[in-house]
Amino acid sequence: MEIHDVSDELEIKVKKYQRGEGADLESLKDKKLKGQLANKEDLFKKSANAAAKAEKWLMQTEEGWLEPDGLEKTWRFSQQSIANEVDVASRKNQFDLVLPDLGPYTLDYTSSGRYMVSAGRKGHLAIIDLHTLKPIKDMQVRETVRDAVFLHNELFFAVAQKKYTYIYNRAGTELHCLKEHGAVLKLQFLKNHFLLSSINKFGHLHYQDITTGQMIGNYRSGLGRSDVLQLNPYNSVLTSGHSGGTVSMWKSTSSAPLVKMLCHRGPVTAIAFHPNGHLMATAGMDKKLKIWDLRKYEAIQTLPGLAKSLDFSQKGMLAASTGSFVQVLATSDSQDYSRYMIHTMAKGYQVNKVLFRPYEDVLGIGHSNGLSSILIPGSGEPNFDSWVANPYETSKQRREKEVRVLLDKLPPESIMLDPTQIGNLRNTKKKEKPTQQETEAEKAAAIAAAKNVPLKKKTKGRSKPSKVTRKKQEGIEQAKRSFVEQNKEDGVMKKKQKRMTDPSELPVALQPFVSRKTT
Amino acid sequence: MRVKVISRSADEFTRERSNDLQRVSRNYDPKLRPQEKAVEYVRALNAAKLDKVFSRPFIGAMDGHIDAISSMAKNPSHLKGVFSASMDGDIRLWDIASRKTVCQYPGHQGAVRGLTVSTNGRVLVSCGSDCTVRLWRIPLASGIESDDSSDKSLATYVWKNAFWAVDHQWEGDRFATAGAQVDIWDHNRSQPVNNFEWGNDTVISVRFNPGEPNILATSGSDRSITIYDLRTSSPARKLIMRTKTNSIAWNPMEPMNFTAANENCNCYSFDARKLEEAKCVHKDHVSAVMDIDYSPTGREFVTGSYDRTVRIFQYNGGHSREIYHTKRMQRVFCVKFSCDASYVISGSDDTNLRLWKAKASEQLGVILPRERKKHEYMEAVKNRYKHLPEVKRILRHRHLPKPIYKAGLLRRTMADAEKRKEDRRRAHSSPGSIPSRSLRKNRIIQEIE
Repeated sequence: MEIHDVSDELEIKVKKYQRGEGADLESLKDKKLKGQLANKEDLFKKSANAAAKAEKWLMQTEEGWLEPDGLEKTWRFSQQSIANEVDVASRKNQFDLVLPDLGPYTLDYTSSGRYMVSAGRKGHLAIIDLHTLKPIKDMQVRETVRDAVFLHNELFFAVAQKKYTYIYNRAGTELHCLKEHGAVLKLQFLKNHFLLSSINKFGHLHYQDITTGQMIGNYRSGLGRSDVLQLNPYNSVLTSGHSGGTVSMWKSTSSAPLVKMLCHRGPVTAIAFHPNGHLMATAGMDKKLKIWDLRKYEAIQTLPGLAKSLDFSQKGMLAASTGSFVQVLATSDSQDYSRYMIHTMAKGYQVNKVLFRPYEDVLGIGHSNGLSSILIPGSGEPNFDSWVANPYETSKQRREKEVRVLLDKLPPESIMLDPTQIGNLRNTKKKEKPTQQETEAEKAAAIAAAKNVPLKKKTKGRSKPSKVTRKKQEGIEQAKRSFVEQNKEDGVMKKKQKRMTDPSELPVALQPFVSRKTT
Repeated sequence: MRVKVISRSADEFTRERSNDLQRVSRNYDPKLRPQEKAVEYVRALNAAKLDKVFSRPFIGAMDGHIDAISSMAKNPSHLKGVFSASMDGDIRLWDIASRKTVCQYPGHQGAVRGLTVSTNGRVLVSCGSDCTVRLWRIPLASGIESDDSSDKSLATYVWKNAFWAVDHQWEGDRFATAGAQVDIWDHNRSQPVNNFEWGNDTVISVRFNPGEPNILATSGSDRSITIYDLRTSSPARKLIMRTKTNSIAWNPMEPMNFTAANENCNCYSFDARKLEEAKCVHKDHVSAVMDIDYSPTGREFVTGSYDRTVRIFQYNGGHSREIYHTKRMQRVFCVKFSCDASYVISGSDDTNLRLWKAKASEQLGVILPRERKKHEYMEAVKNRYKHLPEVKRILRHRHLPKPIYKAGLLRRTMADAEKRKEDRRRAHSSPGSIPSRSLRKNRIIQEIE
């Protein structure tokens, strides 16, 4: 029995490293290619096996767990009882910072989980080193602060203030004032692409590349003011929730959303993404919490309850908060989410944001009276990879990592719903008439190209502003004309087809007069 | 209830003393690396660009000859030296590292047509259009300028006709010369031990098989390739093509295969056991291919052509992987791949031997293990994405001199036109009356036992 278990475990691990099924080589006719690909598949299997076997030695830290005795439920245990059972070092991770005057707090962690930036609505910003629990910088910007995010490491963070967004240094120096974003409600940072994205009061999305400072995209969502913005870490797609109950997914290179889903019967209040990229949790004002499968765009589970803030942990636990109540849901053996732990705070504490800390079993809570941090056993990934995120980084390692990450910076065009499509063969398109969507996309692209054409500057008063604008308009009209002509043709063809009617459609008296050729 | 939370002690993850190495912990889980394919693609693109940035294949020219280089030979037991002979009878031994002449072998009266080194690396055999075969002693010490002309000449054998090529057995004491017929010589005899003849035309090149010391391939001016076996003392097989083969090279790692450098700008790889069909046609030159040599790895070969370029092909690739050209390099008459597979030496019409790198962006010198791993990784990631358009465009890009580019386009247009006409003829005639012949078979007229 034991041997069976061990080999099953190994198989599960090997599957994790294989990254999907192997290619189907039977349908290939080219023998040379078949041989080469068979070799490659062999190598992949070998490397997956080696990685699975090496796990035993590489994974030093064990993950957390919570086991109730007998018939007890896991959610009956309070943070106090957990603190009694756990060692001193872990008890340090449970704390309550009482800051009652400066407004509801929002927080963000760096990707290694070591540093935290907290921003109070009334302008209080603080960066805290969570290993020593010392504030690195504590400052007051004397303006409404709506959101704060770290950029690629703890040295830089962006703050969405009353009118503009600012980027600050770790020392508190204001480095940049980003005026183009406007009055931002929520910020998100795309780590792999170095894009700072925001949604502002008018519902406009902005994508700015912070390495060059260029604004990559500036799109109107068309769905009104929205303060729900979340990033899908699996494919770097930005998702916003709107007051009509729709959730729309955006990429930085197109002005139309990739996907628009109707999720709730009221405004969407929170969105969260599972790290595997398949699951999305949304909460709406219709008092429902839905778990969606993003491969089929179907709700696989609906739970009752309101949620102002949602977050998934690295191990797939879902934290939801309303009012002063925080609950953590986890999947047991079945695929469904059920309540795992709860945490009720004092009545006056209105929770603003919940966020799991990476690589630790800790949930950070930002509320109206400050910040709290509670222990949720089993929520964090125990073993980090030094070359992805290292909580014990020295400054030299941080500098090297910055350079490497910049070298691997992804272009904004690489954001797509399925990131594994890169390098795959495109299916050969049959020469069909392009669908309406495609023609519209082509038209939009042609208009954008016409708008971007640089006009030559002429001297002696020949490039008056009126003339320049007229020339530009002519260019745009020219680009549109080809599509109008196409449409006309299609319209004519449609009319012609209409004349040649099916004899069964005509009234009986006219049936003999339908020409034989058409039948 | 029992509970456990993740707890790490900083001691396990930080180093103890400042002269220790930093500790690294790894977790290969793909979940920690989202969008890894996109990152790999960006790395492949950067690797392709860096490849082009560091691509400097030309190392230097070895000048000293005063007439066109007619042949070269490499010493199998001594990496650093290469022999070259020119059209005025001057034979020199070069030290590749310093690109200087080590010693000269004066003696030939006319053009030296062939050079080869014996199996033990001690004797140099040369033949020329003055009807002589000369044997020379190769100095032991390397890199020392030996001015002492204390008779390096070991022997001079005079024969009836001018010679066109010479090659030595890979294991043995015989060497073969090509002229009016194929003659087999022994070092100590002043007359050929044996001779082969099939037809009345001159034999223009000869090569011994690296694996089977008794088999040799020759090419003649009657557009044929003939394979002889010394033991049977009779020719084994003959293959007649449409155009003349200028040179042949056997694959040292797959000794049954050889590649023939043809006058019609292509190279044809054959399996010596099955001559009715070429294994592969290597097309890229725009003028006659003059010489060909295989790398000791057997995976690629270098060709020099009348169109002033040197190209490197994969052993099974239809198109060249690399092209080398310089404004100063005129018609290339001979090429050699160095014995450590890192360099290519070309001898051309402009009296210079040129030394090139086999891999244009290779870093020479001592490479640290970390550097080597990085290079290997860049190669691997480039190969994974080399079919994608952006990466392919960068990797494929080579600057061609205008005449070669135009000539290439012209050849392509002509080939396309011919193919189109052939297709139309086939379409408008009864099915099966015009058979379609594969390119590999197309150039072969017949095979004779």
